[in-house]
Amino acid sequence: MKIKLKFFSAPYLVWMIVFIVIPLLMIAFFAFTTEDGGFTLKYISDVGQYANIFVRSIWLSLIATAICLVIAYPVAFILSRMEKHKQGTMLMIVMLPMWMNFLLRTYAWMTLLGNNGIINNLLGMIGLGPYKLINTSAAVVLGMVYNYLPFMILPLYSVMEKIDKSLFEAAEDLGCSGVQTLFRVIVPLSMPGITSGITMVFVPAISTFIISRMLGGGSNLLIGDLIEMQFLGNAYNPHLGAAISFVLMVIILVIMTVMNQFDPDDQVLI
Amino acid sequence: MKKILSLFLAAAVGCPLLAGCNAETADEAEEEEASSQTLTVSDPEYYSKFKGKGISINVYNWGEYISTGAEEGTLDVNGEFEKLTGIKVNYTNFATNEELYAKLKGGAASYDVIIPSDYMISKMIKEGMIQPLDLGNIPNFKYIMENFRNQDYDPENAYSVPYTWGTVGIIYDTTMVDIPEEEIDWDLLWNEDYADQILMFDNPRDAFAIAEIMLGYSLNTEDPEELQQAAYKLLSQKKIVQGYVMDEIFDKMGAGDALIAPYYAGDALTIMDENEDLNFVVPKSGTNLFVDAMCIPTAARQKEAAEMYINFMCEPDIAYSNIDYICYSTPHQGAYDMLDEEVRESHISYPSQDFIGANTEVFVNLSDEANLKMQELWTDMKSAEDENTNKWIAPIFLIFSFLLMAFVLIRRHIKTKKDLF
Repeated sequence: MKIKLKFFSAPYLVWMIVFIVIPLLMIAFFAFTTEDGGFTLKYISDVGQYANIFVRSIWLSLIATAICLVIAYPVAFILSRMEKHKQGTMLMIVMLPMWMNFLLRTYAWMTLLGNNGIINNLLGMIGLGPYKLINTSAAVVLGMVYNYLPFMILPLYSVMEKIDKSLFEAAEDLGCSGVQTLFRVIVPLSMPGITSGITMVFVPAISTFIISRMLGGGSNLLIGDLIEMQFLGNAYNPHLGAAISFVLMVIILVIMTVMNQFDPDDQVLI
Repeated sequence: MKKILSLFLAAAVGCPLLAGCNAETADEAEEEEASSQTLTVSDPEYYSKFKGKGISINVYNWGEYISTGAEEGTLDVNGEFEKLTGIKVNYTNFATNEELYAKLKGGAASYDVIIPSDYMISKMIKEGMIQPLDLGNIPNFKYIMENFRNQDYDPENAYSVPYTWGTVGIIYDTTMVDIPEEEIDWDLLWNEDYADQILMFDNPRDAFAIAEIMLGYSLNTEDPEELQQAAYKLLSQKKIVQGYVMDEIFDKMGAGDALIAPYYAGDALTIMDENEDLNFVVPKSGTNLFVDAMCIPTAARQKEAAEMYINFMCEPDIAYSNIDYICYSTPHQGAYDMLDEEVRESHISYPSQDFIGANTEVFVNLSDEANLKMQELWTDMKSAEDENTNKWIAPIFLIFSFLLMAFVLIRRHIKTKKDLF
């Protein structure tokens, strides 16, 4: 029986090998070879000169992830405690922005934040500003939070929904205050949701390039921009591009391993 | 040249874009449409060669760089070609020369006709990625103006047939920038009075070119010292630049989000139609003249059909429809003669021959070393931070990760202790 079940996973296995494993191996191959195919560490060591871009990317995506978590946590909790039929509607509202194309959503922020944009115009009416909103790191973080927030809410919600209401009653009966219930009951039980939410926000945020391009004005370079520049920039340099991608993958792997330490069941979520 | 993204986005956001240079030409295009029903080509015999053979060709062009017939009264060039020759055209777009190069280099796709720019053509010739044309199959090459033949990027004119050309200049808001038109030059982009109102090209080759003109260097310099000086020049501009953008110039200038930007003449004319406060100047100290030309990749499957397509694009009626739609300048004598007097006299689209001869330079391909050097300097320039951010970002990050690790280790320690009991 087990063998037969395995058979059904064949389509995905083939898919995974062709479109995930082979490209990953190719990235590793390109990262460690020269143009004529010989082994080299040159490109990996060249990545070092972009340390400040790496630090900025990690820093900005950590901030974005933290903000997402702070915003999403109460939302997910309130959602999970609503009546069933209302939950569906509210979930749809959370998902609503994702029906729109990612590029368009980010583009809309350009119109909102621009020097002559809607926000500055409104502020101008009450005699404030204009403020420099776009082309700052804050705008990049805003773009990340806005685009990836649903990825934080959904896993949190799906975990919290399964927490039994009677647990709160029990906690209360046993003398827990509201804050204690939160930290000793809700947070530990929702830990798997927190870790997968963080993964789902942090990983796309750290490798994004279009958000920094559109909202960062091109002077807030992130790793994604750097990789893109190696392929579509002035110099076609796939080896350095692959090396940067490779280092990025290692960094994500390390951070995710650290993350998983927080998971009480030691589940592997990457 | 690079407005596909902005066009797609602008259209999607709901700003209707004008296709023609102005309303008048749209009217004329309608007349053109009427006559196009009986499109006259020089040699119908020649075009019927592949009829009924079920051949198709893959054409790879810039976005919004051909008359598609989507707008009322314009000519569907690819449709007309299919009707005339029976060859199916698979038409796709690219946004940058580098994208085209990466696509071809990867070998993933086979194209029969591509339309790269000057420096990319010389790079592709050098790397054997495009093949010599048989000009015998392209009789309409005779219409190409003398001064657009045998350019530096293709000295023998063996590989390419010019499609359009144009210059780079400055577009600015006349209501806010009170400098007379005659005095406008590249230093406007460095003028601190307009801090945070200036956009700059997000493309090293174009951005370096502007710095190189100001420093009096050749646009094709490979001297590391000169490149370094140009990079310093760009760095000195960074603090007053609002953003480094390409396609977004179109919307940002159109919406008044910025006052000054460098831009391509053809696209500039299109925005000026939308926002009448804008003006475009080709700086007198000189500029880059770019030529986009049709080529056939070495890997093309249908070389003769591709040459037929190129020849068709050089039919005067077709060349006129295209140039009327995209607003760039034409190297095609036949199409030029059909243009309105007003357009022909325009110093934006057709600067005087003296100016072109003395003050413009066409890009040629740089050596790999120079390209790498430029890319490196560009990345350094762009990632150079303001001093105040650079100081704290790294230490805070390090402390943060250190605390995180410590927390994890302590937690693990406590946990294993607990498990012992």
